[in-house]
Amino acid sequence: MSNGNLEIRAISAHKGGTPGGGEYTQSDGSTHIGATRDYDVCKLIDTTTCIGCKACEVACVEWNGYDFRETTFDNTYQTMPETVWNYWNLIKFNEVETDGGLQWLMRKDQCMHCEEPGCLIACPADGAIVQYTNGIVDFNQANCIGCQYCVTGCPFNIPKFNEATKKVYKCTLCSDRVGVGLEPACIKSCPTGCLHFGSKEDMKFEAEKRVAQLHSNGHADAGVYDPSGVKGTHVIYVLNDAKHPENYGGLPADPRVPIFVKLWKGPLKWLGGIGMMAGVLGVFMHYVRFGPKEVDKVEEVKR
Amino acid sequence: MSGGIIARPTTAVPEDEVQRYNFAERAYHWINAISYTYLMLTGLAIFTPLAYWLAYVLGGPATIRYWHPWIGLIYLATIFWMHRLWKRDMQKIPEDEQWSKNLRAYAEHHDELMPPQGRFNAGQKQFWWVMLYCTFILLITGIIMWIPEKMPRELHWVLPITVFIHSATALITIAAFIIHVYMSVWVTPGSMKAMVEGHVSTGWARTHHRLWFEKITGRRS
Repeated sequence: MSNGNLEIRAISAHKGGTPGGGEYTQSDGSTHIGATRDYDVCKLIDTTTCIGCKACEVACVEWNGYDFRETTFDNTYQTMPETVWNYWNLIKFNEVETDGGLQWLMRKDQCMHCEEPGCLIACPADGAIVQYTNGIVDFNQANCIGCQYCVTGCPFNIPKFNEATKKVYKCTLCSDRVGVGLEPACIKSCPTGCLHFGSKEDMKFEAEKRVAQLHSNGHADAGVYDPSGVKGTHVIYVLNDAKHPENYGGLPADPRVPIFVKLWKGPLKWLGGIGMMAGVLGVFMHYVRFGPKEVDKVEEVKR
Repeated sequence: MSGGIIARPTTAVPEDEVQRYNFAERAYHWINAISYTYLMLTGLAIFTPLAYWLAYVLGGPATIRYWHPWIGLIYLATIFWMHRLWKRDMQKIPEDEQWSKNLRAYAEHHDELMPPQGRFNAGQKQFWWVMLYCTFILLITGIIMWIPEKMPRELHWVLPITVFIHSATALITIAAFIIHVYMSVWVTPGSMKAMVEGHVSTGWARTHHRLWFEKITGRRS
């Protein structure tokens, strides 16, 4: 993907320049106005300004061309319990009691586009999962074999299996839009400006700025969610209570690629491969050294 | 019939030979062997990118993912049938301990140092029990891997462990498989004929499985 393809001209719900903007010079000497979007892209979700309107849910379904599916009512505003193969963007509504108060938390749940993606590490199919240089982790269903090892590797419960097509689907971070210089559909639809899109550096900067603001407003536990267990994510959150991310609809406190996935894809694969080759070579060398066990013909006559 | 050509099926036991495997045993063995080979090759294709080309050779990646568990059921059914036929012959006998102790001598073909063996020698029995127990593990982990979409989210932590155990167990069976195929095809000429045509020469039976030979022929040797 060329740098030009990732350049974003404007961001919805943002007046004026893009976040972290200003004049900058690229390595080729050209000068640009706006943010740097050369390599790693990032979606910033400020949960403190989300109003739970679900415009992002609708925009996601619409852009990706899926029919609106049946919903599950469970006495909350939440559309359904978790994301589904053709419903990649879901706002999770949670009521959390604090001493003497109640927090009504809303968090937009979708693929986190991990820097170290467990799905990609676990996937056995050539080219079924790709990670672009800009950080987007994308599934290519044409190469998917339906084994669901990605489900095994994901610490966020994101890849979802379609029993009819036997393929796995998830949020693409609108790679098809980002690739032509547009922001993801969810970002475009957000009316409050709680969703931002830009370079990882810029989004981190924006997030920290917002957290500082929250701190000065008395929200001492506010923080940025960019889990280091998966080497950071290309979707980051500003949380009012960053000490308890699990309150936000089960956001894992310390997500990691499961250790058994790493053992299986690392040492076991190498030991197994070397062991099999050594085994075949071993029996061949045995044959060369000792040959077969011939039954003594003389004995046969003697019987 | 004077001067005519006499034909007989090669599976009929000639006069100077003894029957080693009947038709049912041979049929189960070969269905089992073919299904195991398919499972091994398709499993390796999904296990390591180095072997992913096997997926294309065997019909395509999505196709082998579909068939692997079904063929696994055929493998499972035939190994259970074989177990029904062979479980008595697979029990340990006192001589087995000495046999296992002298394994090195067996590998170096000093068979005169080996104690007499029954229908299966101690090594074959070990191979059998390794395959049978591994099959149980592969079955349980395999069912989970077949339909992980039915797994409740709270139990998803089991999935990585399941896949790891399935792969590791399969590697153990592959090690056993390499030795089994090598022994039967190259080391002990006559074994292949025993499993294909069903009979072996008396010399073969006496050399490799003396106790069994004495039992079926009533001869001391």
